[in-house]
Amino acid sequence: MLSNISNVLRAGLQRNGAAVVMSARTYADFTPEATFEIKKCDLHKLEDGPATQVVMTREEGLQYYRIMQTMRRMELKADQLYKQKIIRGFCHLYDGQEACAVGIEAAINLSDHLITAYRAHGYTYTRGGTVKEIMAELTGRRGGIAKGKGGSMHMYCKNFYGGNGIVGAQVPLGAGVALACKYFGNNELCVSLYGDGAANQGQIFETYNMAALWKLPAIFICENNRYGMGTSVERAAASTDYYKRGDFIPGLRVDGMDVLCVREATRFAADHCRSGKGPILMELQTYRYHGHSMSDPGVSYRTREEIQEVRGKSDPISMLKDRMLSNNMASVEELKEIDVEVRKEIEDAAQFATTDPEPPLDDLCNHIFHNNPPVDVRGTNPWTKLKSVS
Amino acid sequence: MAASLRCFLRSGKNAVSALGRREFHRSSPAAVQMTVRDALNQAMDEELERDERVFLLGEEVAQYDGAYKVSRGLWKKYGDKRIIDTPITEMGFAGIAVGAAMAGLRPICEFMTFNFSMQAIDQVINSAAKTYYMSAGLQPVPIVFRGPNGASAGVAAQHSQCFAAWYGHCPGLKVVSPWNSEDAKGLLKSAIRDDNPVVFLENELMYGVPFEMSEESQSKDFTIPIGKAKIERQGSHVTLVSHSRYVSHCLDAAVVLSKEGIECEVVNLRTIRPLDVETIEASVMKTNHLVTVEGGWPQFGVGAEICARVMEGPAFNYLDSPVTRVTGVDIPMPYAKILEDNSLPQIKDIILSVKKTLNV
Repeated sequence: MLSNISNVLRAGLQRNGAAVVMSARTYADFTPEATFEIKKCDLHKLEDGPATQVVMTREEGLQYYRIMQTMRRMELKADQLYKQKIIRGFCHLYDGQEACAVGIEAAINLSDHLITAYRAHGYTYTRGGTVKEIMAELTGRRGGIAKGKGGSMHMYCKNFYGGNGIVGAQVPLGAGVALACKYFGNNELCVSLYGDGAANQGQIFETYNMAALWKLPAIFICENNRYGMGTSVERAAASTDYYKRGDFIPGLRVDGMDVLCVREATRFAADHCRSGKGPILMELQTYRYHGHSMSDPGVSYRTREEIQEVRGKSDPISMLKDRMLSNNMASVEELKEIDVEVRKEIEDAAQFATTDPEPPLDDLCNHIFHNNPPVDVRGTNPWTKLKSVS
Repeated sequence: MAASLRCFLRSGKNAVSALGRREFHRSSPAAVQMTVRDALNQAMDEELERDERVFLLGEEVAQYDGAYKVSRGLWKKYGDKRIIDTPITEMGFAGIAVGAAMAGLRPICEFMTFNFSMQAIDQVINSAAKTYYMSAGLQPVPIVFRGPNGASAGVAAQHSQCFAAWYGHCPGLKVVSPWNSEDAKGLLKSAIRDDNPVVFLENELMYGVPFEMSEESQSKDFTIPIGKAKIERQGSHVTLVSHSRYVSHCLDAAVVLSKEGIECEVVNLRTIRPLDVETIEASVMKTNHLVTVEGGWPQFGVGAEICARVMEGPAFNYLDSPVTRVTGVDIPMPYAKILEDNSLPQIKDIILSVKKTLNV
């Protein structure tokens, strides 16, 4: 115990340089785990649902807090860089929805698969991308996760299939990944995410049909943040019960602002898939603080009061923080320390993202074909002969 | 001010001859500056007012005033019946629009970008383009599909494709590609009044660009015929044929080349299908050299078609060198700025191509 205190002191001094305000409490004082009562899910074609009494350990809490805070600060930094015109094109920010990405990842394995649409920076992070590579991709540099060639909407990493720009197209893709999981017999599953706007896409219903018919290990998740660009759910959907839209596919409606709700529901869904029962659908009720993209102020179709209310009452990071503090699972200082570390990580990543050089011109034509001999590529005129080396 | 001066210079000989034709007064015509966006807005406004059967549908066209603000104010003026916000379901609403056209309405179906029209392309081709033929003239489809086409800035591969060649390939469709504000207004009005399916390819980067509008273009009955190209600049050494945004590039290249004594004739296609081959041929027979400029990919593109048509007609014998195509690079559009800039024709590429074609 004494060594613990001295370690904290030493670490604190290294960080701040100046005098450290140290809590008189040691880590042994904190509650190692606590049971929480969470909102019951609405069920569709299901007898039982996820548990409403869940256990969260101190480690889990700190981990979820750190990851959500990292995602939050990363998105806010992207907002800043976009306004400075260092990020260009499309930029769809995820702040407000952190509990979804973190809760889902907490209930699946990195060996499982996931695909989403264009509001993808958070998922790129939870699936294994680093903040540095994500930010450098946003700024279009060679150190970006897609070498600067994809941009905001086209980030990929192992078992993460993007980042997709065409609304709804990612859902059949995800079911295809699930088909491969079943084909290989590897007990893996695929999570396919889409928004409330995409939920009306025909190809999603085609996918539901085939996934159910062939009992694919697919979890379809609708992130319902109430607005498809500038159109509210009431103006776009004849039925806003997105968790029921799978008809013959069982569904859950989940509080998407509570990371524990999301985690529990995803655990339930994953069990369902892995037991060979076929696909399952989840609707996460969530909210985005930013507009649809950086070119949308986000207040022409909703009120500032509404945004403020969600921020004040349902912010996922605040909710987790309150839970941990009121259950003596962490101290204010400890969480502040995490905030400081996160801020530094984001600053360092932004620094990298703004100083890393752009991709080299001779990468222009690469990555057209895989495992292919080099190919001549026509440039802008007949005298510019470029080359593509796989 | 600089923009209107440039525009005046560009209209060059045409403006002078227009002045010459005036009988009542010799002062310059009432000049109005209008952005392409406002010209499109005005065209739709005037046609909505003129014909009750015209209506607009698409994503965010009504309450949001349009994703790119092209339909600003229209919902406020015409209401829910005439300006309809759709869910994000292209295949569905394009089909609905085509059905409405078959039943006697005159829909304007907006695709937020033409990249998304791929989701609906079956309805555009199989339901709209081919039906009049299949029904032996019984069932016309008076519909306009419009929206931004081609590359924007930093929107990456899935949002940057040019569809001029794809739609230009299909009989039964008219395919229009305006350049400036007058083009936008006159051609959109013609498209809406046309009893056939028209694919109207706009350009996002042109929306905010102001151009001078001639006095006649300010009339509510101003239309530009579909299928007729326009000579934007007279020249005698080489013909530059282009459409949409790249007309600007050609005119800018022409200014630079003029300083070196090379006079370019710049042809603004205005329509991709039907292609105004006659105007191209007449120009080639005058200049003996041809360079085509487009943003789309080279293979099976607009330039490729122009080459084929020139070879099949009288202008071939007037060519002193093979036709040169300036096109986008044959790759999916990269995101990073340096790569994107080098994926599309730049003014220097046009200048190089002209010089190589002229062997100077």
